[in-house]
Amino acid sequence: MNDMTKIERTVDMQTNKISAKNVQVHYGDTHAIKDVNVEIQDKTVTSFIGPSGCGKSTFLRCLNRMNDTIDICRVQGDILLDGEDIYDKRVDPVQLRAKVGMVFQKPNPFPKSIYDNIAYGPRIHGLARNKAELDEIVEKSLRRGAIWDEVKDRLHAPGTGLSGGQQQRLCIARAVATEPEVLLMDEPCSALDPIATAQVEELIDELREKFAVVIVTHSMQQAARVSQKTAFFHMGNLVEYDDTTKIFTNPEDSRTEAYITGRIG
Amino acid sequence: MSASFLLLTILTLAALGFVIGRGRALRSVQGDRRRLHSLPNYYGFNVSMLAFVPAVLVLVLWVVIQPLMVNGAVSAMIPAGSYDDAGGLNLIMSDVGRVANGLDAAIAQGALEHAALKTLSTSNTDIRALLGTVGVALGSDVSEDVLSAALKFREKTLTGNWIMTVVVLVIAGAGFLAAFFKTHADLRARNLVERGVQMVLIGAASIAILTTLGIVLSLIFNTVSFFGMFPMGDFLFGLTWSPEGRGGSEHLGILPLLWGTIYISIVALAVAVPVGLFAAVYLSEYAGAKTRAVAKPLLEVLAGIPTIVYGLFALTIVGPMLVDVFGAEGLNWMQGARSVMTAGLVMGIMLIPFVSSLSDDIINAVPQAMRDGSYGLGATQSETVRQVVLPAALPGIVGAILLAASRAIGETMIVVMGAGAAARLSMNPFEAMTTVTAKIVSQLTGDADFASPEALVAFALGMTLFILTLGLNVLALLIVRKYREQYE
Repeated sequence: MNDMTKIERTVDMQTNKISAKNVQVHYGDTHAIKDVNVEIQDKTVTSFIGPSGCGKSTFLRCLNRMNDTIDICRVQGDILLDGEDIYDKRVDPVQLRAKVGMVFQKPNPFPKSIYDNIAYGPRIHGLARNKAELDEIVEKSLRRGAIWDEVKDRLHAPGTGLSGGQQQRLCIARAVATEPEVLLMDEPCSALDPIATAQVEELIDELREKFAVVIVTHSMQQAARVSQKTAFFHMGNLVEYDDTTKIFTNPEDSRTEAYITGRIG
Repeated sequence: MSASFLLLTILTLAALGFVIGRGRALRSVQGDRRRLHSLPNYYGFNVSMLAFVPAVLVLVLWVVIQPLMVNGAVSAMIPAGSYDDAGGLNLIMSDVGRVANGLDAAIAQGALEHAALKTLSTSNTDIRALLGTVGVALGSDVSEDVLSAALKFREKTLTGNWIMTVVVLVIAGAGFLAAFFKTHADLRARNLVERGVQMVLIGAASIAILTTLGIVLSLIFNTVSFFGMFPMGDFLFGLTWSPEGRGGSEHLGILPLLWGTIYISIVALAVAVPVGLFAAVYLSEYAGAKTRAVAKPLLEVLAGIPTIVYGLFALTIVGPMLVDVFGAEGLNWMQGARSVMTAGLVMGIMLIPFVSSLSDDIINAVPQAMRDGSYGLGATQSETVRQVVLPAALPGIVGAILLAASRAIGETMIVVMGAGAAARLSMNPFEAMTTVTAKIVSQLTGDADFASPEALVAFALGMTLFILTLGLNVLALLIVRKYREQYE
């Protein structure tokens, strides 16, 4: 916990992007998420920490309805994006996922060229009117993904040929290309080496200017480095949610303290 | 001693060897099995193995080779004037064999004295009547040549059998004793048995490979001898297929048959590929676990139906149904129930499970992370399937389709029953045509002389088919292998 500089920045504009009220998730007979209430702020990095199996990834996947693809999963309670219930019947989950992008644990570039990987989202949502606009979107997204300089000369090489860190930044750029409002990241650095992790963390901090970022991580140092707000999950409960500085220096709940000092988890 | 009795003897020896070898190993350490290098059973197996395997190999080889040698020696005794060709000699030799067996039976049943064999002759005995009394019926009277050949045959076979018995027993005994005397606590019996097991496995693998090699060689030799009688150019580029009954055919062009084969296969694939692929996409991407558990085995039942049943289906249901629509009553494109369309449609149905089952496995092998990535970007299910899953699975799917294609090319029964027997070069899919496989059957099941070009052409056709399907299979394997490397 030596690198606490980034969290010292002031968190301005405290508008709530996502608010979850009394969320319950069941997998078959398992009660995975119990009564979670959380307010996720815009233009802020929020990290979810907690031991394995505590429900943090499950909760993250509720935020863009990725759990819909799992048959036995039931979600109850309200999750509001800009004040609108995302589980309302009128909401199209496909449209929602374009607004709430997601980056996964393992880099998962499609077996296509780098260009086609980025252009995938804009193409299916019809974001570009012509080839020139699409080229522009691809370049802008790759720049935002902090990978443009490394790949600009080989845009038509396969995305699967990049290194692990580059692949993950490509996936972030791909998620950014559809102009989402929220970016969900499920342990985006767990398959990366320390150098690639540092690059991705730097990128996350830059992304905060445009999006609300929610990141699930197993590394408490990472949570401390990149996030302004931290939520601690334990056994399906949201134990504590506060400013990252507060959680890591002066937690209120004894379980949080036990976890961040390494006694549970 | 007969071969089967000999085999039983060796087996007994091997079983005995197991018990004795195991006992000797245990005795050598005064019953303390911990001091043995290997478990006691390994010493037993080692003795049985050495007693059994070499002796059985010699026995098998002997049983195969002896009749060939005896036949060769005896057929030299038949005067060259009494037959015109190889077929005639074969007929005489089979008579010789029957007479020899008949004499054995006669001696066994007491109708003939053993001593009387030496003086036996067609002039003093009616051999045909004599053998008739012991239940061996002959088609004609036995000539003096045949009788003396039969006596020689009998004598040589008997001597051969005696030598075989002695040789095999000596080998079995030698193996037994060698292994028995080597058995003591320090013998690495476990390693020896392991080596033996390896040999047996190598042997099994070689039999499979050698058989394949044998089949290919017989194809090649017969093809070469066919091209010795018939010009290669006329076969490969001839536009007419009309074999005459017995020799002297001028038109044995493969092109009409090849065209029929390819045309029917194309129709079959045009049915099987879309239906099979869509079924696979539904099963792997859309269907719930319960539907899948029921639907997939049901679809695979199609693969278990014998092709002759598909043939019946083509002949009795699909053909008449097509005639109703496209025949004289309807559009008047079709003359009879047998046509390229009939066979192609039914063959397509047969191929659906091949395409769907293989494609389903391949689509399932596409990592879930790919789908998640696509859904996470706001793609719908069909966009994900079309743009991510299918492109990722494409090489494997192409492989599956090529395997189905080589199956279609090699199919016979459906063609015989559904497509007719007329070799024809035509674009109309409602006309009867035929394929390479169907013609191989008709060329070899007729009464044509086996050495004539009309029969040998079957080998040239088989060779063409073999090269065609081999090429497709190799291509499919290459593509599938390339695909495998992608996610591992």
